[in-house]
Amino acid sequence: MNRCQSWGRYPKAVQEIRPVRWRDTTVPNSGDKSILPYGLGRSYGDSCLNDGQALLETSGMNRFIAFDETSGILRCEAGMSLDDILKLIVPKGWFLPTTPGTKFITVGGAIANDIHGKNHHISGTFGCHVRAFELLRSDGNRTLCTPESNTDLFKATIGGLGLTGLITWAEFGLKKVGNAWIDLESIKFTGIGEFLELSKESDEGWEYTVSWIDCVAQGKSMGRGIFMRGNHSPASVLSRKVHADPKITALFDCPDMMLNSLSIKVFNTVYYGKQRTKYVRSRVHYDPFFYPLDAVNEWNRVYGKRGFFQYQFVIPFNGGKETMEAILRIIAASKQGSFLSVIKTFGKKVSPGMLSFPKPGITLALDFPNRGESTLKLFDELDTVVAAAGGSVYPAKDARMSADFFQKAYPQWRDFSEFIDPKFSSSFWRRVTTGS
Amino acid sequence: MNTILIVGATSAIAEEIAKLYAGQGQRLVLWGRNLNHLHSIQNNLEVLGAAEVFCFEIDLDVCGKHADLLEETVAKVGAIDIALIAHGVLPDQQTAQENFAAMRASLHTNFLSYASILTVLANYFEPRKRGTIASITSVAADRGRKSNYVYGAAKAGASAFTDGLRGRLSASGVHVVNIKPGMVDTPMTAHFKKGLLFASPKTVASGIVKAIRKNKSTAYVPGYWRLIMCIIRSIPEAIFKKTNF
Repeated sequence: MNRCQSWGRYPKAVQEIRPVRWRDTTVPNSGDKSILPYGLGRSYGDSCLNDGQALLETSGMNRFIAFDETSGILRCEAGMSLDDILKLIVPKGWFLPTTPGTKFITVGGAIANDIHGKNHHISGTFGCHVRAFELLRSDGNRTLCTPESNTDLFKATIGGLGLTGLITWAEFGLKKVGNAWIDLESIKFTGIGEFLELSKESDEGWEYTVSWIDCVAQGKSMGRGIFMRGNHSPASVLSRKVHADPKITALFDCPDMMLNSLSIKVFNTVYYGKQRTKYVRSRVHYDPFFYPLDAVNEWNRVYGKRGFFQYQFVIPFNGGKETMEAILRIIAASKQGSFLSVIKTFGKKVSPGMLSFPKPGITLALDFPNRGESTLKLFDELDTVVAAAGGSVYPAKDARMSADFFQKAYPQWRDFSEFIDPKFSSSFWRRVTTGS
Repeated sequence: MNTILIVGATSAIAEEIAKLYAGQGQRLVLWGRNLNHLHSIQNNLEVLGAAEVFCFEIDLDVCGKHADLLEETVAKVGAIDIALIAHGVLPDQQTAQENFAAMRASLHTNFLSYASILTVLANYFEPRKRGTIASITSVAADRGRKSNYVYGAAKAGASAFTDGLRGRLSASGVHVVNIKPGMVDTPMTAHFKKGLLFASPKTVASGIVKAIRKNKSTAYVPGYWRLIMCIIRSIPEAIFKKTNF
């Protein structure tokens, strides 16, 4: 059955699907097939796939267990979505400790990928806010993991790509907010140097920072973009309005031709040009600020049947400007550039996760329509530059990095593999550890 | 505030309905076979805002216990305003054709236990002269089909029973709603290939809560199934018998 795909819809995988609805479950017997938890399928590449094997579909195990409205501590089952959590907590004056660019992910997925967001420079990753979770192993053992007990398994499971067992429930701390709004400043910048200055200047006073960058522009315009920084609006704003469900759905796969180098270039130029002045101040609801793409259900279909890739990497600050410029040159020259390229700096806060992706430096995330060989070749070229700079690529978004590159960028993978449940595996893990 | 009894509360559709009522701050009474699962649902409903939640463990196949449990429930939680019947099984048609015990078990759950619990509830509501009974049957009740007539026959029985009961209770002012969901993406249909017509339990649940609020007699959920079943019922049998529905 082909119901469970990854968000990039590449690679295609076929697997047995076993829904898990109850947290007192035992891990379903899958015979000689390996298993992998699957939440809402927002991982882009193959880290949420288990081709030819089995998936435990967890989105039906989505109940709240307890919510302390005074301390902002929430305990829920691992299949609970951030979407449902926001609907509960925003009206009560709380917000997620950190959130990625979509709210349609599960808590289990947030832990397994140790997700990060626009406040990484202040709040670190999701794993930094996890107080406890229960891990169910295929032998039936249930382990309560916290920063103080079963610490090794706690650290391995955060960012552990679902391989250490099934998280049944988790408890984490929320952030107190007065309302549902964000005070936003958008500032145009003309190059990586200016971007880095803006980041540095905003790191302390601004809770959320992120930039859109034009990765098609060449020459003098190279590295231009829009820097966005936001803070929760002051307490004088009272509205705690919750977001609405998406009203638009992409009903069909767009023709592969639709996203070509011309349409991408036009989009990027218009996006940069639509902000006329250098500074714009506004007050926006959290939904369009954090989740602009959630407005369209199944937006990934815009990339056509062949799907698309995300490429997200991080490189250290030292030499980062030159490396980033070299990368932008390669992308612009390839004429495969992407629509929404996002650049941000990561802060120093260390996650407990063993295999976590974020580390201090600059991160860039790009999408590329799948054009087959030429796209894969471009990524190999980018890998070389990223590797030389001492950087790494984000497993949650990857569908193609080589075993060699992964193992060099994540040398701790061998120590990590001690904690993998013997019945658990994924397409990603087989690819980057055995190269198959 | 209403007190709502949900029979078969661990079914995916029932759970979504309970969540909607919890969000409205209602009192909920859950009947189901697995107390652990009921407690998981209870925690969730309490966080979502239910005024109070009560759980009762029951194997609904044991019809002789229905009346006793209702008595026990009312003694503990007070009067019931709305009762929703949501339990059921989807038998494998092929197995049912080959194995009478399997066929009887599914007919028992999907029809006899419905008839029993509907009667017990009717006898409770009739003298009180108020209340609502909502019975989840199925679009499969509307016409016997080759691919699932064992399920369809039991649901047709439950559907006719529900409609008849509405007539009996109309004089006492008790509403009886016959709810006919189409195909729903639940654990019961996990092994089916999902097409465009499959609705999420969430969508179906909100249709059901609306039908109960509006005192509908028969509600197809989602609503487009009324049209689809109207067409399916009107196909001449000479043609219909050759289809693979």
